Amino acid sequence: MSKNMIALETGDVGHASGGHLADNIVYFARALRAAGLPVGPAQAVDAVEAVKAVGVGPKSDFYWALHAVLVRRHEHHPIFDQAFRIFWKKRAMLESMMAMLMPSNAPRSTERREESASRRVNDALFSGITRPQAKRKPRIERDARGTVSVEEVLRHKDFDQMSAAEIARARREIVRLRLHFPRFRTRRFKASQSGRRIDPRLTLKSSLRGAGGSIDLRFRDKQERLPPVVAICDISGSMSQYSRLFLHFLHAISSDGFRMHAFLFGTRLTNVTRQLRSKDVDEALAKCSSAAQDWSGGTRISQSLNRFNREWSRRVLGQGAIVLLMSDGLEREPDGTLAREMDRLQRSCRQLIWLNPLLRFEGFEAKAQGIREMLPHVDAFHPIHNLQSMADLVEAIVSQPHRDDAKRRLLFDAARFQVRECPV
Amino acid sequence: MAEPTETSAPAASIDAALALLKSAGYVANRPLATVVFLALRMGRPLFLEGEAGVGKTEIAKVLASALGRRLIRLQCYEGLDVSAALYEWNYAAQMVEIRLAEAEGVTDRERLSEDVFSERFLVKRPLLEALEPHTEGPPVLLIDELDRTDEAFEAFLLEVLSDFQATIPELGTVKAEHAPIVVITSNRTREIHDALKRRCIYHWVDYPDALRELEIVRTKVPGADESLAREIVSFIQAIRQEDLFKVPGVAESLDWASALTELDCVALDPETVSDTLGVILKYQDDIAAIEGSRAKELLDTVRAELKAAE
Repeated sequence: MSKNMIALETGDVGHASGGHLADNIVYFARALRAAGLPVGPAQAVDAVEAVKAVGVGPKSDFYWALHAVLVRRHEHHPIFDQAFRIFWKKRAMLESMMAMLMPSNAPRSTERREESASRRVNDALFSGITRPQAKRKPRIERDARGTVSVEEVLRHKDFDQMSAAEIARARREIVRLRLHFPRFRTRRFKASQSGRRIDPRLTLKSSLRGAGGSIDLRFRDKQERLPPVVAICDISGSMSQYSRLFLHFLHAISSDGFRMHAFLFGTRLTNVTRQLRSKDVDEALAKCSSAAQDWSGGTRISQSLNRFNREWSRRVLGQGAIVLLMSDGLEREPDGTLAREMDRLQRSCRQLIWLNPLLRFEGFEAKAQGIREMLPHVDAFHPIHNLQSMADLVEAIVSQPHRDDAKRRLLFDAARFQVRECPV
Repeated sequence: MAEPTETSAPAASIDAALALLKSAGYVANRPLATVVFLALRMGRPLFLEGEAGVGKTEIAKVLASALGRRLIRLQCYEGLDVSAALYEWNYAAQMVEIRLAEAEGVTDRERLSEDVFSERFLVKRPLLEALEPHTEGPPVLLIDELDRTDEAFEAFLLEVLSDFQATIPELGTVKAEHAPIVVITSNRTREIHDALKRRCIYHWVDYPDALRELEIVRTKVPGADESLAREIVSFIQAIRQEDLFKVPGVAESLDWASALTELDCVALDPETVSDTLGVILKYQDDIAAIEGSRAKELLDTVRAELKAAE
């Protein structure tokens, strides 16, 4: 490998079409992969081809040719830029770079895996037998109606007062909650005999099958899909226990094929969508914790929402997303900007649901300024302090109509009313 | 407009690509010219991402006009499906055909179905049109704002973009003899799946620097006063550094330059700036933040800088 590097350094451009340069490009692609860019062998081949096409020229052409093929996301540009500068400058630097990149990736992830593996061993030893999920679902329903069981107690116990064992059980309960999530109608169609629109394609096909008989009408209806969910979760000191379990909930729904984006905020906003994608829930949560450096600190809700609105809302709130904002609304230094940020957030999403563990207290009054500023701008307001409230949340999203739907229905009803009033 | 090039490679080098874009009035920088060149040379779709109004769509239009090719545009929207993007059967005409066949007493099912599903009844949509041969050479296919459609459509595009072919169950596979030049744009209102991006040459179209923006304004608004153009560009560059919800793009600079030219302005003054802010800023919060004293401050700095540069 080092020989190849020297070849490039001595200006072996004469062989640009083959040999050393190609090898070096492949090494460069590998270095990028080590740095976390999704660069596969196909891209490396493309990169060689691109460089061949560009030919001998200024270094910047070489740079952009590689950039065009190897960078697929705007965020990856800085990594590419750094890697390029180091890689194509000096051989020794490359090795140190590889050394720098390797340990920061490899050992940490194995360490985490061991950690979660040990948890899994624990699980398997003490509670692993009660795993099958789908089958168990009807049983809770029965339990809820029947005598006061352990699960019943668990459902109503505040997350904050749970012991470690209870939390572990709560997590397993949370995994089941995803099953009831609602679907929204899209503008796409699917064949359906109970549909209200004629499907011309199917109609024609089926009438041809009969060759000249009657035209057999087929119907179609709007397809339904799961709505994208964006969760923005407060991880300040007062919320940390709730947020951790909420993250379990998020992990459960994201592994269920939901399009989900998750953000954490204390004093600053962190996007943990990629971290939550790890299959293993313990690993995912460990990654989230290391990504967000402000666990259990103070809260700057307004600032964090401002950052979200500026940097992320347009990227993740498309296609009618539901926003779950999990926060106690206790702003550290209320400065009157929170209302504006909440307003902006509500306007950019389908539904803004505020989850607030403080609601568990009966006679909760919105006294804190932060809460008073937030309240007028949410579509729904829910407690989220125990399993029961989490299950209720799922129901709430079902029953809550889309803002526009509600408006439309009102107009529709009004129109119908007028028609009826008209003298014939 | 440039002469349509006859060769199979529309641009022989990066410099040629730069010149090609310039000939049709698009002031590109070298990174952009590089990706355009590579996309043309390697026959790959060009995936352009960037904020609204930085000239992504324009690149496709310019390529079409500079190369003398047809521009076929597919505007994406939620619920876009095969029948709107690729092909559709003319059902009404097919039904009439069946009835006529019945009247004539045709009972041969095979023949009837062949008649009904023939090209005569096929309504071609943009993607199918782009795959067909064109006399002036492969067309430029613009798939605009791909982020507005859903993942299902993206998955459908994979076949079209990697093999330049599409399958119509009743007719068979249509394969393009010469691959069209594909330009895909996205405003990044959601992430496009990596599988699709992998097949493309990716480029993030950024706001231009002052020099290039000035050249763009000069090219696109030839009637604008030279010193006014300088002021506009410097002011826009300064406003992009402000903490705004949506900073103005190149399209806004051009609009502003035309607007001020229409108003017979030769220099920016605080009142005119405040009165015409709606041309460059489209959010009330942003206008409120800039209007008045902040606009004046920015203008003063801009003027001082311009003076110092002279």
